[in-house]
Amino acid sequence: MQQLKDLINGFSSPQLIITGASIFFFLYLYFRKFLTEPSVSLFFLTLLVGFFAFSMTDANFREIVLKPDNVPIVAMIYLIAFFTWFSLRRAVENDEAITKGGSTFEGKESDQKLYTWPNLIYQEFICSILVGVVLLIWSILLKAPLEEPADPSISPNPSKAPWYFLGLQEMLVYFDPWLAGVVFPTLILFGLMAIPYIDKNPKGNGYFTFVERRFAITLFLYGWLIMWVLLIIMGTFLRGPNWNFFGPYEKWSVHKVVPLVNVNLSEFVYVKWLNTGLPKHWFLREIFGIVATVLYFAVTPFILAKTVLKRMYIQLGIFRYAILMILLLPMIGLLLKMLLRWSFNLKYIIAIPEYFLNV
Amino acid sequence: MADKGSWKDGITNSQVWKSVFRHGDPGKDRRNQALVVLSNVFLHLHPVQARKSGLRMSFTWCMGGITFFLFLVETLTGILLMFYYRPVAEYAYNDIVALREHVPLGIMREIHRWGAHAMVVTVWLHMFRVFMTGSYKPPREFNWNVGVILLLLTLLLSFTGYLLPWDQLAIWAITVGSNMARATPFLGHEGPGAALLKLGDIKLIHAGADVRFALLGGRFVAAPALMRFYVLHCIAIPLAAAVLMAVHFWRIRRDGGISGPM
Ligand code: HEM
Repeated sequence: MQQLKDLINGFSSPQLIITGASIFFFLYLYFRKFLTEPSVSLFFLTLLVGFFAFSMTDANFREIVLKPDNVPIVAMIYLIAFFTWFSLRRAVENDEAITKGGSTFEGKESDQKLYTWPNLIYQEFICSILVGVVLLIWSILLKAPLEEPADPSISPNPSKAPWYFLGLQEMLVYFDPWLAGVVFPTLILFGLMAIPYIDKNPKGNGYFTFVERRFAITLFLYGWLIMWVLLIIMGTFLRGPNWNFFGPYEKWSVHKVVPLVNVNLSEFVYVKWLNTGLPKHWFLREIFGIVATVLYFAVTPFILAKTVLKRMYIQLGIFRYAILMILLLPMIGLLLKMLLRWSFNLKYIIAIPEYFLNV
Repeated sequence: MADKGSWKDGITNSQVWKSVFRHGDPGKDRRNQALVVLSNVFLHLHPVQARKSGLRMSFTWCMGGITFFLFLVETLTGILLMFYYRPVAEYAYNDIVALREHVPLGIMREIHRWGAHAMVVTVWLHMFRVFMTGSYKPPREFNWNVGVILLLLTLLLSFTGYLLPWDQLAIWAITVGSNMARATPFLGHEGPGAALLKLGDIKLIHAGADVRFALLGGRFVAAPALMRFYVLHCIAIPLAAAVLMAVHFWRIRRDGGISGPM
């Protein structure tokens, strides 16, 4: 028992979890036909429930999970897993029907019209009653949290934002607040709003499918499941005092010491490789980071347009393609920065604290 | 027949009943099923008829509907909470304690809080469904965008409400959240470019004048922030959300009902 817990604790780190989840994500999409089969999915469900049941025997795990505000997040994990499975399963079935020349599940019924009374209104009524009952039971069983009265002089450790923003707080590990807290949320909103205008693919309107919208679905699901939901889960359950990372069965100790060994790109270049010491003026000091960043944003789009995204570039036209790049490059940039941090302890690519401009 | 149903017919034939419901029993015929939807202002959000595929739970998951239901629950419980709660730093916390200890059947706060968490999750799932069925594609681009704003408003509703209990959890979560605003490029006093905005030697953006200050009404999360968040939470954002929901529902019908394969 204890060995298993130690093993899981030992394997818990942001890099292993995010990398592992990403690999699983792409495997799941690739082998979706097999992996969404009901029997296989039942196996995954058993695994998830089993892991949870096993973990609940652990006092440290229980303490975090049973915090009143965290209970809904547990429910959310199961709901999101279920609906992700469900929509992909339906997509697989529809895709099979389409290749066989048949019509989709939705297509078979889309020219039939039904009266909304009683067909829709009863459904809404029953849903409302069910949700109401669940909410009532939940409210009777679980008290809303209330801590000590507000005191600006005692700051709790860890101090966490409300749970739905913890993905952003987790990004603070890799980026300064102006990026993690302002630019990224803005890009997310802007990106969501841009979706219908950049996605010119006329197929897959009004039914579940994967094959007809591979790129769009993969990108959206990765952003949502890994870069939003998974980061929230980590931020909620695995980030403790001083925002240090803890395994699921580890005690949240305020005294956990994690050495801060992160190094800026300028120090890599001038101190480690050139051995000259940092130049005085910030522009000279940061020139390599600035060039790298500018190249990343200015040159990558052209390379992609000539290579992997050639077809897409032609299909979208320059304006839509540019918007796609404005959204895609920061998203990939976040992943790259994570990778650089994990492999080289890179702190900032550009560090100009003089102007609060750190990237 | 006439004898058996007489007590029921007695009610439905009465002048009072007929003054309220101008149609016959919708259980019996098509015409009445149409009339019940058309003549009731609430049911009238629905079309009389809809595609069979779009009515399936397996297609919509009823997630938009559940989100709307939760919004109504929040409105109702929120009004009840407003009877007891005063958004003043001296009283707020004690009023919340009183809600738990002195108010009979005091689970309004629980329903309100868990309903809010649930609403955030159901909005996400609703958006997820709409994405997976490609329902944002023409002609529904605009309604997707109305949805994105509703998503933002839902999160802001939840965020502003988080402060109101005025306990440690509340003020520190809002402190962490609103600290981000300090770093807004140009407009936050620790944001890149803020130092560039000055008139002669006078800085335009500093801790006493930036977006965070505007949001909190001060340099810290204190009494003015409580009042601002209260007003935003109870009036401004719900009103905006209600208006946008009306637009959202209207557009669903204008755009040809729940999406389906062409
Ligand atoms: C407070 C939040 C919201 C409420 C109350 C709401 C309500 C609804 C309802 C009741 C429907 C009918 C079909 C269904 O239940 O799925 C619907 C459809 C729709 N919603 Fe929302 N919604 C909200 C947020 C959003 C968000 C965040 C998005 C997307 C970003 C969105 C985009 C859409 C679209 C495009 C449709 C049409 C779907 C179709 O035709 O298949 N809504 N909404």
